[in-house]
Amino acid sequence: MDYIANNVDLILAALGQHVVLAIVPVILGVIIALPLGYLAVRYRWLYHPLINVSGLLYAIPSLALFVVLPGIIGTRILSPINIIAALTIYTVALMVRVVANGLNSVDPTITQAASAMGYRRVRRLFGVELPIALPVILAGLRVAAVSNVSLVSVGALIGVGGLGALFTRGLQLGYIDPIIVGIVLSVLLAVLCDVIIVLVQRQLTPWSRIGGRS
Amino acid sequence: MSTTQETPYLFDPANWEFGAAGSIPSFIVTHLYYTGLALAIAILIAVPVGLYIGHTGRLAFVAINAGNAGRALPTLGLVSLLVTMFGLGLIPALIALVILAIPPILTSTYAGLRAVDRAAVDAAKGMGMRELGILLRVEIPMALPLIISGLRSAALQVVATATVAAYVGLGGLGRLLVDGLALNQYDRVVAGAVVVAVLAIVIDLVAEGIQRLVVSPGISGRALTRPSKSFPTVSPTQPRAGTASAG
Repeated sequence: MDYIANNVDLILAALGQHVVLAIVPVILGVIIALPLGYLAVRYRWLYHPLINVSGLLYAIPSLALFVVLPGIIGTRILSPINIIAALTIYTVALMVRVVANGLNSVDPTITQAASAMGYRRVRRLFGVELPIALPVILAGLRVAAVSNVSLVSVGALIGVGGLGALFTRGLQLGYIDPIIVGIVLSVLLAVLCDVIIVLVQRQLTPWSRIGGRS
Repeated sequence: MSTTQETPYLFDPANWEFGAAGSIPSFIVTHLYYTGLALAIAILIAVPVGLYIGHTGRLAFVAINAGNAGRALPTLGLVSLLVTMFGLGLIPALIALVILAIPPILTSTYAGLRAVDRAAVDAAKGMGMRELGILLRVEIPMALPLIISGLRSAALQVVATATVAAYVGLGGLGRLLVDGLALNQYDRVVAGAVVVAVLAIVIDLVAEGIQRLVVSPGISGRALTRPSKSFPTVSPTQPRAGTASAG
C-alpha cells in the first residue's frame, strides 16, 4: 500500500503516542488499585462501597469522561493528561475488584499457615497472598490493558488519540487505507500487550506450569 | 470557551422541553432507541450461538476468542471503517454497534453454560429430561447470572459507542458532545457528558435489578446465606460466585 510508504513518519508518531497513552494508565492504575483492593479485603465494610463506586465509574462512556475531565482537573482540553487520567480511572475501576477477588480467593488455611510460621501481615501479603492471587490479578490486567489500547483512539475526537488520528483522517478524506492501518496496528498492539502479560505471568508463577496446564 | 453568560446548557429549561427536536429528552430517546435496537439484534445473534456452543462444546474457540477480539477492536476505527465503506447513515453505525455488542454476549453465554455443574446436567438426564429441556430448564437458569452480566457489558459498550458514533452523524446524546466541541461550547459538551454518564449508570443499575429479579435465589446464593446484597457478577473473571452456590 502506497499509503504506508508515504506516511511512515505520521504512522509511527501516532503509534508512539498510542503506546504511551495506553501503557502509562495501566501502570498508574495498578499502583492505585493494589492498595485499594487490599483495603477492600482487609476492612470488609469498605468492600461494597469500593466495588460499587468502581462499577459506576466503569459504566461511564469514554468520550464523556474524556471531555469532562478538563473541567474537573483543570487541564487544557487538548492535553494528553485527560486521556491518561480517564484511562487510569477505568483501570482502577476494573482492577480494584480484580485485586479484591484475587486476595479473597486465597485459601484461609494458607494464610493461617503463613501466620503460624511467623509471617507478619506485610510480609505475608507480599510473600504469600499476592503471589497466590497473581493469576487472577494478571487475568484482570490483560482485560484492562487490551481495552485501554482500543479506548485510546476515541481520544482522537478531542485531538489526542494516537492511532485514532488515522481514523479521523480517513473519515475526513473518505479514504479507507489509514483506517485499516490504524485498526491493524491497534489490534496488534493489544495482542502484544496481552502476550507480554501472559509471559510475565509464566515467569512470576512458575508453580502454575508444573503438573499440567490449568 | 463559550461566550454566553446565561444559564449553563444542562440547566436551561429550554433544553429540557419534551418532544422538541434537539432537546435533551429527545436525544435521550434517540440514544435509547439505538441502544435497544443494536442490543436486540446482537442478542438474537449471539445468544443462540452462545447457547449452541456452550451446550454442545463445539466451536468453543470461537466463543473464547470472540471476547478478546471484541475488546481489542478499536470502536472508533470500526465505526470509521464502516462509514467510509458504506457512507453516512444509520445502518453502517448500527452494524458497528451490533458487531461490538456481540462478543461480550457470546462469550459470557458460552462461559455461563460451561460453568454449569456437570452433575446437575447428569441428574437432569437421569430424570429423563431431553436435550432441549436440559438447556431450557437446567443450563440456562444456572447460567443466567453470567449471561446477564454479558448483556450488561454489551449495553454499556453500545451506549459508549453510540456516543462516539455521533462523530459520523449519528443522533443521540453524542450530538451534544460532538457539536459542543465543534462550536466550542463547553457547557453543551458537559451537559452531554453528564447526561450520557447518568444514562449509562441508570442502564447498568436497571440491568442489575433485572438480574436480581430473574435469577433464581438458589443460584444467586440469596436463599442460602446472607440476605444482604452481595454485588453480582460483572467481570468475566470472577471465581467465587460459582463455587459458593454449587455446594
